[in-house]
Amino acid sequence: MKYETVIGLEVHAQMLTETKIFCGCSTKFGAEPNTQSCQICIGMPGVLPVLNKKALEFAVKTGLAVNCAISRYSRFARKNYFYPDLPKGYQISQFELPICEHGHLDIVLDGAVKRIGITRIHMEEDAGKNIHESASGGNYSFVDLNRAGVPLMEIVSEPDMRSPQEAVEYMKKLRNILRYLGVCDGNMEQGSLRCDANVSLRPAGRKELGTKVEIKNINSFKFVEKALDYEILRQLKILADGGRIIQETRLWDSVRNVTESMRGKEEAHDYRYFPEPDLVPMTVDQTWIHDIQSSLPELPDKRKERFVSAFGIPEQDADLMISEKSVADWFEEAVNLGGQPKDVSNWIKGDLMKLLNEEGKTFDECLFRPSGLVGMLKLINNGTISGKIAKTVFEEIYRTGKDAEVIVREKGLVQITDTGAIEKAVDDIIAANPQEVDRYKAGEEKLIGFLVGQVMKTTKGKANPPMVNELLKRKLSG
Amino acid sequence: MSSLHTLTISEAQKLLRGKEITAGELAESVFQRVNAVEEKVKAFITLTKETALLMADEAQKIIHVQGESGAPSFLGIPLAVKDNMCTKGVPTTCASKILRNFVPPYESTATSRLKKDGYVLVGKTNLDEFAMGSSTENSGFHTTRNPWDLTRIPGGSSGGSAAAVCADECIAALGSDTGGSVRQPAALCGVVGLKPTYGRVSRYGLVAYASSLDQIGPITKDVRDSAILLNVIAGHDPADSTSVPVPVPDFTKVLGRDIKGMKLGIPKEYFIEGMDKEVEHSVKKAIATLESLGAIPVEVSLPHTGYAVATYYVLATSEASSNLARYDGVKYGLRAGGKDLMDMYMSTRAQGFGAEIKRRIMLGTYALSSGYYEAYYKKARQVRTLIKKDFENAFQTVDIIVTPTSPTAAFKVGEKASDPLQMYLSDIFTISMNLAGVPAISVPCGFTSEGLPVGLQFIGKHFDEESVLKASYAYEQATDWRKRRPAL
Repeated sequence: MKYETVIGLEVHAQMLTETKIFCGCSTKFGAEPNTQSCQICIGMPGVLPVLNKKALEFAVKTGLAVNCAISRYSRFARKNYFYPDLPKGYQISQFELPICEHGHLDIVLDGAVKRIGITRIHMEEDAGKNIHESASGGNYSFVDLNRAGVPLMEIVSEPDMRSPQEAVEYMKKLRNILRYLGVCDGNMEQGSLRCDANVSLRPAGRKELGTKVEIKNINSFKFVEKALDYEILRQLKILADGGRIIQETRLWDSVRNVTESMRGKEEAHDYRYFPEPDLVPMTVDQTWIHDIQSSLPELPDKRKERFVSAFGIPEQDADLMISEKSVADWFEEAVNLGGQPKDVSNWIKGDLMKLLNEEGKTFDECLFRPSGLVGMLKLINNGTISGKIAKTVFEEIYRTGKDAEVIVREKGLVQITDTGAIEKAVDDIIAANPQEVDRYKAGEEKLIGFLVGQVMKTTKGKANPPMVNELLKRKLSG
Repeated sequence: MSSLHTLTISEAQKLLRGKEITAGELAESVFQRVNAVEEKVKAFITLTKETALLMADEAQKIIHVQGESGAPSFLGIPLAVKDNMCTKGVPTTCASKILRNFVPPYESTATSRLKKDGYVLVGKTNLDEFAMGSSTENSGFHTTRNPWDLTRIPGGSSGGSAAAVCADECIAALGSDTGGSVRQPAALCGVVGLKPTYGRVSRYGLVAYASSLDQIGPITKDVRDSAILLNVIAGHDPADSTSVPVPVPDFTKVLGRDIKGMKLGIPKEYFIEGMDKEVEHSVKKAIATLESLGAIPVEVSLPHTGYAVATYYVLATSEASSNLARYDGVKYGLRAGGKDLMDMYMSTRAQGFGAEIKRRIMLGTYALSSGYYEAYYKKARQVRTLIKKDFENAFQTVDIIVTPTSPTAAFKVGEKASDPLQMYLSDIFTISMNLAGVPAISVPCGFTSEGLPVGLQFIGKHFDEESVLKASYAYEQATDWRKRRPAL
């Protein structure tokens, strides 16, 4: 039998607010354990939460960016369970009446556009972290509550994805939007973007959904695809053997590349959600929503359209240029400074991305500013340096951040356009390569390339190639 | 021995400002009284004599500099605080073994306002563990005794505060009221207890029992003191989202205004079969007194009154089951050993919590469980709305509602301890106001033949504490009940 895969994703995004969602503690990553905690996020007796308005704003921003309806009336709920990293014994989350509902975003796969529904976006607080000492021989654990109370958004999709590739595309698109909005840094390795997946199979053509399995602990794009591939195969095997899928929660083990059962339906938590009595329901003001709407940055899809229509770069280039907000900003700044759009995108997707990838750096961390590229392009266009020399100059700008002109001057890389100097080099090469000269004269015209190359080599690439070409042809025809 | 401890807040203020007494003398007198009677009453869990005397010295210095006019209202006034309000550096136990060693590093908003105003903290008073109970018998440490009859309970859960005020072990006290916990012990001890409108006083630093019902209120020797104390603790607090940003009037301004023509609602559902005859008699006499002052009694109906106790015990226990989850042995308070995490959780909570806490956690956990939520928690919320509407409807025609505070006078220690349902019914007349969020006060309105105080309850509209105070003050001034003192 042929089966269809059905995937829905629950994405947890840590919001980039300065302070926690219900107290004034800093949200910075990587501080000494328990140095960013207070009586409120530690859950001491008698303390009360107060909503960080920035978190609400970020959730609304995100909702608007993915075409959600913003609830005029929304409230928090308590999700009750015991765990040492959850100081109050409950997590303040949203259950009924989430802040955003009924959204969607479009992904493109093999040229086809597909719409993925977004059921809801809700706000909640992150938990702390347990640090187990059993690995180092101790039989105890520590609890670090720095992360407890960091604002999260949970973005829940409809079960609209039909393959792991679609799920990856959706995650990438969502991450890009969050980064464009500046509401989440999208760092999956550090856990600021996390993903749980619901996976089920059903006979092709059937409407009802099959039994779903939830997979947790998927913390990189690579794992999204790997974990889903594994899980689909696991379920297919069971079905092929005439078995039945059990509703359960499974954990992705990224070392062994398998999903493992964590708990079954019977052991599923009863979270006993009920409205959070310590926080009054939120009534979101329409004018405030309008203000946020009008302050939204240009989002990736729109920006791509504009790059194609206004700058005339090919779609594939535009896709790359908008793949990260920092790249798009870099590209656009260079174009605005006078760079030819196609030249700029060529240098970005070629040399710049290659250099950055080699070092694992991002555009934000890069010494090479758009003005540097534009300066270099000017030197190419006015003939000061050749395209070949430009590669060297480019690398030097990348390493030092210096202006192209300074580098060219310091390293003496100015292109030789002095006919006398080139003529001497040409004569030397003709004299040194009598055999090739004879063969050329006998009709092997492609040897001109070799001779030009030789001249370029002796001039260390500084000779103007068209001039060398022309001089050689003239001399050899004489 | 000086008798400064018998002063009310307003009397003490006058003497302090007039430099007839010093804050030190006042504090000394209070602690002498504590020494003399605390062994019998057992109102306190923690006494803070040393810091109190330092606080009194500080207050006296300011009084000395500021003179008669400028002094803030609580400079040098010795108050007791229920031990479920966080006091920085002073143990805050909630009368629970699980918090026996807990010393908060922060101050509740209510006490920090008093602190700013120069009050002197006498100590932290006993209560039913986590404010769950009506007698202080559920205290994890000891039972407080009623100063009128030491074989009887003082009421609860703020029984320690009410007994301390009644026995003159402080000038006044703070209690908290979730289903009657300020008003019922005030009634049983013959003092004045006010539960303000939900949202009037910040709950920040009040250890939560049932968050949507809890409210801090004054327990005082007379109505004027209640107004004076409310003046300081009332008002919006950015740290409590449920505190309401409405203006706070000077509550003493309405005291002494006449109540001629005031419409007095008498809810028929509160005068029922099985009510103690002596209580009924006192309350009916009180209504006649009010009528003689010009108030007009009008029969009203609060038709959903019969559902109040059930509604309360679903909602309050649901919230409690969640509020008390944080006491897990991980971060502070008691940690019992265990072979693994689950074992540690279970033994900590088994050893740390008393029987009533466990009963309520179980009730609440059940009411919130999947499959039962709709039938219990959700239904109770709906009934709560109906009860709130009952009051809104009644207040269309009357200015204030008058009822007994408690169906009986103080009962014997142990009398109801083994029958939780009987105990729950002791709050039958006070629970609805918490569900509706409206303000209510209990003032003394007589004594039973056994010499036990009876309380009269005045209930007002949301944020209309002024009418409640005005009417109860008029009644108080027309009677002499407050002048009777227990013969300890």
